[in-house]
Amino acid sequence: MIRAEALEKRYGLKRVLRGLDFELERGGFLVVTGPNGSGKTTLLRLCAGLALPTAGTLEVEPERGGIGFLGHEPLVYRELTALENLDLYGRLYRVPERRERIGMLLERFGLWEARRERASALSRGMLQRLALCRALLHRPELLLLDEPFAGLDAEGAALLDRELAGMRDRRTLLVATHDPERVAPLASGRLALA
Amino acid sequence: MRRYLADAAVLAHKDLRLELRARDTLPAMLLFVLSILAVFHFALPSGSSRLAELGLLWVAIVFTALLGLGRAFVAEREQGLLDGLVLAPCDRSAIWLAKGITMFAFLALAEVVALPAFGLFFSPVSWSTIAGVALADMGICAVGTLFAAMAAAGRARELLLPLLLLPPALPIVIGGVGASVAHGSGRYLGFLALYDAIFALLAWASFEYVVTE
Repeated sequence: MIRAEALEKRYGLKRVLRGLDFELERGGFLVVTGPNGSGKTTLLRLCAGLALPTAGTLEVEPERGGIGFLGHEPLVYRELTALENLDLYGRLYRVPERRERIGMLLERFGLWEARRERASALSRGMLQRLALCRALLHRPELLLLDEPFAGLDAEGAALLDRELAGMRDRRTLLVATHDPERVAPLASGRLALA
Repeated sequence: MRRYLADAAVLAHKDLRLELRARDTLPAMLLFVLSILAVFHFALPSGSSRLAELGLLWVAIVFTALLGLGRAFVAEREQGLLDGLVLAPCDRSAIWLAKGITMFAFLALAEVVALPAFGLFFSPVSWSTIAGVALADMGICAVGTLFAAMAAAGRARELLLPLLLLPPALPIVIGGVGASVAHGSGRYLGFLALYDAIFALLAWASFEYVVTE
């Protein structure tokens, strides 16, 4: 669940978000749209607790252990393999039956064959798939996805479509995208940032 | 407490594995400390006092530590990975502890080479010097890891880290040189241990505020 009232974020003199009010119920799917620089990424970072609001209130449930975050960076170590990266996060999040869960995600996202490849050797699309595996690894209640289709090929994008459809009503989703029509059939609401 | 230590162990293991793969910090520290000792050997006039020699050993140790600490958060900074670690449901100070342990291991390994090299270039070091170096390493790594995280967030990070670290490292040099040359080295070793305890506690408590906005 996310509730924002008069939410404002400034970086120095630059005001990125101004007087934002919205509510996302548990199990809801909110699509955030807007031009470059409208504050989509900032909003997701605020919701993840990676940035603090300048003014207004922001309530987010669950706390950080229950949040899955996909940002512009894949948040994986380039010198570690796909398997080692997921194992690292699996240990930090104390994922039950970690190995089985990692194996299942790697299979599902078509990375099993590349599991022993260092992340630096993966293509942009494969890195995005690995980042999605990382974000989903701990079965988060709340998923914050910033341009999740970026870098994915048609097969990867279709895979993500199916994943998002499978999560509908079971997880709370906040997705920032330049392509809102892609997720429109799944979304329960839209938040347009100016 | 067990969970906290387990998280720190997982993160430290990751840092050691990254260094084994990339091999860009420890070899540089080893090469640097050997080079600087060689430079000091030729720069110091023959017949210089033992006091001057040991002073230069401590200069070499502090600058070698600075070199390593400057790279402590390179992977996290370049790939935005601190966000990933900060989001994990572990105590954020475990990141500091893990980095501190890794830096201590690197510095200790550099000194395993540097102290015998100092013996070759100048004169062998005493047990009290070795004890002083071990205690100083803990203090440098505890404070240095905190400042390395602060500097990593800044733009002029290469300038910022020495400016932040050298003033609080001054008592370490005083304690280290005292432990190396004074008759009552126990007092200086006790001073270094006290410094370690106080500054490690301060760094541990403030790390959370450094890695969050």
